[in-house]
Amino acid sequence: MSGERLMVDAASVLTLAPHIVFRFDETRQRWIMMAPERLMLPDEQAVEILQLVDGKASVDGIVDALAAKFNAPREEIAGDVTEMLQDLADKGCLADAGR
Amino acid sequence: MPAVDPPLALLAELTHRCPLACPYCSNPVELERASAELSGGEWQRVLSEAAALGVLQVHFSGGEPMVRRELGTLIAEAAAHGLYSNLITSGALGGEREIAAFAEAGLRHVQLSLQDHEASNADRIAGLAGAFERKVKFAAAVRAAGLPLTLNMVVHRQNLDGVAEMIDMAQSLGARRVEIAHVQYYAWALENRAALLPTRAQLDEATRVVEAARERLKGVLAIDYVVPDYYGVRPKSCMNGWGRQFLNVMPSGTVVPCHAAQTIPGLTFPSVRETSLANIWYRSDAFNRFRGTDWMPEPCRDCDRREIDWGGCRCQALALTGDASRTDPVCALSPDHALVEAALSEANASSPPLIYRAYR
Repeated sequence: MSGERLMVDAASVLTLAPHIVFRFDETRQRWIMMAPERLMLPDEQAVEILQLVDGKASVDGIVDALAAKFNAPREEIAGDVTEMLQDLADKGCLADAGR
Repeated sequence: MPAVDPPLALLAELTHRCPLACPYCSNPVELERASAELSGGEWQRVLSEAAALGVLQVHFSGGEPMVRRELGTLIAEAAAHGLYSNLITSGALGGEREIAAFAEAGLRHVQLSLQDHEASNADRIAGLAGAFERKVKFAAAVRAAGLPLTLNMVVHRQNLDGVAEMIDMAQSLGARRVEIAHVQYYAWALENRAALLPTRAQLDEATRVVEAARERLKGVLAIDYVVPDYYGVRPKSCMNGWGRQFLNVMPSGTVVPCHAAQTIPGLTFPSVRETSLANIWYRSDAFNRFRGTDWMPEPCRDCDRREIDWGGCRCQALALTGDASRTDPVCALSPDHALVEAALSEANASSPPLIYRAYR
């Protein structure tokens, strides 16, 4: 494990950390994210973002895709997305996939 | 009775056998013997039933779960059902070969316990010479297998002053997360309470160190911090509520809502040998007894935190007042709160020798 904090910016390309499981749970009919001794229940907005974290798209690319899909102002989305991904990075849920 | 949600997590206590003898072990004082343990096949059925019931995470624990030769098979079984599996271990048995096999079988995470940051005190508390050195090697094996590592540092009066060094150690062992978890006073720890409760000054200093480290290590090392609830103002949300999220299958197959529930008189906990896990979760008297808020006495019943802390801990209410249905006495609003103050005064005035965990 690197000893440095992963900082998220527009050019970051991110992937889920290897020990993170993000999947649809049939019992509860909702998306869940599992980390060591932690279960997260992402809301609808977070699910939309997480589905685009694929180790290929940059944060900029994710914002573009969401702005197009929801026909919403890009700047607002960019702030929300970066904030959420930084929070997940700080919880050890994301890894850097290079840029 | 309100609608009951499916459980989130299963604690699979594969055995009570363990090479360590920690005087705060959460296993019951009456340890179950090897001859009573579920077979590997029975555990496979339990895992399959748990997944069908909606369980998402399984924690393989004990005792020392690596005592059981079937552990690798059980990890594979859990993975086959989509369960997220966690190994809770002393790290005193096995090493690289076992961990690599577990990773291959689908293990997601390892939680390794340490008794102190310094070998001689750690081995004294664990009651086993050489344990500390084995644990350090074990941590390296976990990282070599590419598995994420959490260190579980159990703290109390006899090691709490080393919290800063414990955090440094977690970093140097490659952990991404450390739990600084104060002893909880049940079972063996309750017997040793007067020797383990820290002083207020010790606790305040440890809290200051942890808060500073959290700030400094944000995004590098996550620090979970569990304070002794005897010093709290409101009770912990024990198990996030009785029968709300967790179930614990004991080595012999008895199913309980938490480690200490069997101490409560008048409750009969069913076994997976008699009935299905679903029946136990949804329909047993024992799991329904303290569910929700209907059972609550005053002051819980009208408290605006009743669905936050769920009345605190039933086993602690029993241990301190003799009645499991009273408000947890650690709550400052409890009519029995003086019992907690008395325990603190007693502990601060004495330091009895440790009673080590053993078969009696």
